[in-house]
Amino acid sequence: MITIVMGSFQSLPDDHQYRTLSQKTGFSLEQIAILHNRFKQLSQNEETLRRDDLKTIQDLESNPIRSQIIEAFFDSRNFQKEGVGSVEEIGFEEFLTVMSYFRAPPQHITEEQREEMRRAKLRFLFNMHDTDNDGTITLEEYRHVVEELLSRSGALGRETAKGIADAAMLEVASISVGPMAPDEFYEGITFEHFLKVCKFVHLYA
Amino acid sequence: VLIVYSLTSKEDVLFRCTVRQRYISPDTGTGHGGSHGNKDPGYAKNGNGTTYSKKPFPVLSFDYEHVRLPFEISLWVLLASLMKLGFHLIPRVSSIVPESCLLIVVGLLVGGLIKLVGEDPPVLESKIFFFYLLPPIILDAGYFMPIRQFTENLGTILMFAVVGTLWNSFFVGGLLYGVCQLEGHKLAYVDLLSCLLFGSIISAVDPVAVLAVFEEIHINELLHILVFGESLLNDAVTVVLYHLFEEYSSVGLITVTDVFLGIVCFLVVSLGGIVVGAIYGILAAFTSRFTSHTRVIEPLFVFVYSYMAYLSAEVFHLSGIMALIACGAVMRPYVEANISHKSHTTIKYFLKMWSSVSDTLIFIFLGVSTVAGPHQWNWTFVVATLIFCLVARVLGVVGLTFVINKFRIVKLTSKDQFIIAYGGLRGAIAFSLVYLLNPEHFPMRNMFLTAIITVIFFTVFVQGMTIRPLVDLLAVKKKQETKRSINEEIHTQFLDHLLTGIEDICGHYGHHHWKDKLNRFNKKYVKKCLIAGERSKEPQLIAFYHKMEMKQAIELVESGGGSKLPSALPSTVSMQNIQPKKPSQDRALPQLSKAREEEIRKILRTNLQRTRQRLRSYNRHTLIADPYEDGWNEMLIKRKKMKELEKKMNNYLTVPAPPPDSPTIARARLASDPQAWGLKSVTESIPTIKVDLASPQSPESVNVVDEFSKKGSQPKEEEGGLTMKVPSPAKQRKDKTPDEEPQQRLMRCLSDPGPAAEEEDEDEPFLP
Repeated sequence: MITIVMGSFQSLPDDHQYRTLSQKTGFSLEQIAILHNRFKQLSQNEETLRRDDLKTIQDLESNPIRSQIIEAFFDSRNFQKEGVGSVEEIGFEEFLTVMSYFRAPPQHITEEQREEMRRAKLRFLFNMHDTDNDGTITLEEYRHVVEELLSRSGALGRETAKGIADAAMLEVASISVGPMAPDEFYEGITFEHFLKVCKFVHLYA
Repeated sequence: VLIVYSLTSKEDVLFRCTVRQRYISPDTGTGHGGSHGNKDPGYAKNGNGTTYSKKPFPVLSFDYEHVRLPFEISLWVLLASLMKLGFHLIPRVSSIVPESCLLIVVGLLVGGLIKLVGEDPPVLESKIFFFYLLPPIILDAGYFMPIRQFTENLGTILMFAVVGTLWNSFFVGGLLYGVCQLEGHKLAYVDLLSCLLFGSIISAVDPVAVLAVFEEIHINELLHILVFGESLLNDAVTVVLYHLFEEYSSVGLITVTDVFLGIVCFLVVSLGGIVVGAIYGILAAFTSRFTSHTRVIEPLFVFVYSYMAYLSAEVFHLSGIMALIACGAVMRPYVEANISHKSHTTIKYFLKMWSSVSDTLIFIFLGVSTVAGPHQWNWTFVVATLIFCLVARVLGVVGLTFVINKFRIVKLTSKDQFIIAYGGLRGAIAFSLVYLLNPEHFPMRNMFLTAIITVIFFTVFVQGMTIRPLVDLLAVKKKQETKRSINEEIHTQFLDHLLTGIEDICGHYGHHHWKDKLNRFNKKYVKKCLIAGERSKEPQLIAFYHKMEMKQAIELVESGGGSKLPSALPSTVSMQNIQPKKPSQDRALPQLSKAREEEIRKILRTNLQRTRQRLRSYNRHTLIADPYEDGWNEMLIKRKKMKELEKKMNNYLTVPAPPPDSPTIARARLASDPQAWGLKSVTESIPTIKVDLASPQSPESVNVVDEFSKKGSQPKEEEGGLTMKVPSPAKQRKDKTPDEEPQQRLMRCLSDPGPAAEEEDEDEPFLP
């Protein structure tokens, strides 16, 4: 994933706070300091971050799934257990928690811990797709995903987006559920199905 | 030697004699020069034809000399191919012994036979090897290289290729020098530079041997790309070291300046090779943009440009292998977007065929050359070489992995390390490089040759044969046989964008950021230049999807259009299962008011009208009865739409709805409707429309399809209630009622392979 370049070693404000954050998210103290600087830069030195602050990032403009990424930061499922809905602004702790999903796994962890981390990452991904928080990705939501991905391709993209989403959904259904009678209905992709489908997706670049 | 041609005049005779004389004047430096003398001194005198006594007219004569060269080459190629054929007919042997071993054995036998007969067996001439036998193999590897995995592991591969090879060369060379000095009298003449040269030649992992063995064991992609990538990229190191030591071995001394220049040379050789390859690759891609009118020679451009890249790099003594790889890798995405499907298949099969033949010939010749010699056996030297090579390899891999694992996220386990070390096979490149050495400068050349052949035999036979059981024993992960699915593609792309976005939010310009920038640059500028027409704007996801559809369409045709499709297709789930639930009244047979009926009928009619207009435009083109031409998937989509529409019509019109006269009214309307008849006449031509969309239409073909699908989908949505139902009740009725003739005929027309195929329609997955 991302390897954070170690910056120059500065004196750490709120050392105790950093330590608790470090324990919670797994980042090292230096990494937290760097991210805190970035947070302050983005939020213009305020305590909380808002959507508009993230929208100002230049490089993000050309990203087709920009809005979904920004939403993910404000989605309380990602930084609270059993959270629902989205919030308007987040503090540094939430920012860090969301970032921690993309942390490179530490060197010496067991197979289970690695698996757990992978699950957490996939859960994050799942939450990004499952916008109405009903635990399944329906056909509509999936179509929306594909449309967003192809949103930079104009008319050509929109036309085939539907077809692609349909074919993909069919595939998931046949992998997860197998043969279905004509009047059975496949509700949507649950998290378990999602895990199965993403078995071969490489989360580590 | 008598003339075979019929003679018309003396001048003709003269002309033919002199031409022939020139044609088979001594051929230069081919591998077959050794055996027969092909200069027949007696011939030259006859050739001038001044004194030509009258002989009886020669009806049949034997003239082998003038076809000797091509004849022998073809004979060898034929022998190689027959051997390959033979191995696979003997099932037991081919599963235990890798092909390369068997071929070397065959070579040994053939060489032995030739020697018994008393002739000199031909040797694997370096020129032939480097110019004719090696390029196809490398091009095949480079063109089909999995770029994503290669770039992901590039750091690791470079470490192994550069640092690993350097370590191996110096370790082996240095220790051998020590051994030689210790040995004393027989080996004392071997100096340090020669030893280092030998070390550099023998330490390079050989791509031919690696490919030959690894292809059979189906190991997981990571290990495959690591070993294989290493074998390709170490060419630059080998080239530089070889030239460096060869140049200065006569002088006997290397200074620091030389070392420094050597490093610069390495950079020039590798980067230069890549740049040359990339230039030719771009040229090839650009050329392929204009080949829509001459599809037949498209593969030729790919081959010739690549070969030119190789030769151009060799002109400057740059790394030809890297040029070839760069050319293939650069041109592939653009060329594949431009060329026809048939050309793509041609390229694939030609490359596989040539590389297979080359590979076979190389191993056979290796065997033959072993018999040919010249050998000089020295126990100490050979055994020491062997041991040092193995030890160096193991130490190198372990040491490097230790360093590399600090930077890798997916660590290399010790099993992986073992396989990487074990898979470092040596092969014909090393042999040819030694063969190129000048015996005057290198009196120990024969000893080197013997040692190299021993090492090659050891690695290919022992390591090659045992790697398969070892892989099974160690339970190394094998290649996953799954086809890439559309879901994976979607999520991989999504993840790429996500990670790029996170990096941007972080403010950290990492791996993803630059990859994304490169992609955007590619899309904005490069693709526009190098890809013809509309396809330049096609995003990767859509291209992938079309490719998948095309594959499925072809599989559909190949499987006879009827039987169950391969497992990758979701044939067990159809569109009904995933469509959002509609109100139940739509699932029952619709009770429609007359007004609604009329509306629906109008919609259907207008839709068919549009269809007809679309189809008409294709009538202008030539008819080629070939399902694999470009327009196949478009045609299939059209066919599916027609089938759907016809199903809907059928479904609707045979519905036993309360208004009893509606079917008859419908039929009557249909019968009297000029457009319906028009449709019929058009549809009759559908079975014969196999459009050569390779001609002018093709760049726009994608547009047309989308236009069509757009128009086609709108009425579907408007209808809402009429989903794809199982038409069997309708069909039965169709078979029973004789007066549904027009419908029957209509449906017969619409389904090309005949009525039988229609029964399977409901099993077909719905692909828009």
